[in-house]
Amino acid sequence: MSLVFTGVCSHAPGITGREERAPKDQRDALYGAYAEMRDALHAARPDAVIIIAAEHFANFFMNNMPAYAVGMAQSYQGPIEDPEWLRIPARTQPGNAELSKRLIAEMLQTVDVAYCEEWQFDHGIMVPLHFLDPESKLTVIPANINCQGPPLTPLHRAWAFGEAIRRAADSVPERIALVATGGISHWPATPDSGRINEEWDRTFLDKWLANDRDGMMDYTDADTYAEAGQGGFEIRTFIAAAAAAGGPGKLRFYAPIPIYAVGCTVAEMEIA
Amino acid sequence: MSLYSLSKLIYSLNRDPVAKAQFLSEPAKLADNFDLTAEERDAFVSHDVGKMYVLGVNGQILMHMAALCGIEWSDYLQRMRDGVKTHGPVREGIYAMTTGTDEKVAGA
Repeated sequence: MSLVFTGVCSHAPGITGREERAPKDQRDALYGAYAEMRDALHAARPDAVIIIAAEHFANFFMNNMPAYAVGMAQSYQGPIEDPEWLRIPARTQPGNAELSKRLIAEMLQTVDVAYCEEWQFDHGIMVPLHFLDPESKLTVIPANINCQGPPLTPLHRAWAFGEAIRRAADSVPERIALVATGGISHWPATPDSGRINEEWDRTFLDKWLANDRDGMMDYTDADTYAEAGQGGFEIRTFIAAAAAAGGPGKLRFYAPIPIYAVGCTVAEMEIA
Repeated sequence: MSLYSLSKLIYSLNRDPVAKAQFLSEPAKLADNFDLTAEERDAFVSHDVGKMYVLGVNGQILMHMAALCGIEWSDYLQRMRDGVKTHGPVREGIYAMTTGTDEKVAGA
């Protein structure tokens, strides 16, 4: 039918795995924002949810690294990490291989996506699902943008990927939702973990909320690395979501929470 | 090429239940399947997170491996700081340290 929902959220493993180590008011407000997003997502009655993630070498590695990949399986398993460490039990999420195939075929008209009949979810998808679909009811189609192993896809191609997702969603009779997940500035999984450039984040978020394509394109990887850390490369997922949705955004939550290692963000975007 | 091999070993370990089982019982045998330097092999077999961090292993796969080894979060961060103190700055990759070895940005 069409794209019926677009949202973005953080996926840092500390959000679940170190839940109690954040200030309680911040933790509660963040968890509340995820709950609001969950309600909005389910209210859109999606037949499937495309989750654009920036995974962390759970499926893709430097031996054969796609810039863009989309899942084409009947089901997916996760988390790949120790479930006790992530505090998310192992689960199987339904997929829809046939729907994936139709969506991918349309995306390929403009973007050379890889398809994957196997995919293990890491925290990048498991943390959002933990909040947005606690009972594993939704049909999920994972998508990935390589934000880990340079050289990385240019930002304007992430935008084109978002446009391709929108066109594909609009070309099928099913109701498709889109959730993009990534961090803004952060230095995850290093001793710098907890460093967050709030000013950089808010500048980027202002551009994202205004769906300012030119503003979002105005970053080089060198500048992002210097000012926003290697985690900042994940703005690609936000950019793809903005391209897909087309409308302005609505911020439900943003706060730097150092023990969670990221400026925690929950937002939605109007479909235009 | 060697950092690539060490990284690939950890990537394989993190996603493969058979490799995980072998890692717990015979880590050296698991390492033998990859073309590693002695330094890399020793660091891997002895769960030396600090050394592997300095060698340039991507933090994401190292974080997952540390979780597999049961290393708690603050301890994981401290092991990387200690690695830099002992062995010097991160030698390769995009996960270099930008803070001081006595700094604890998140209080952890």
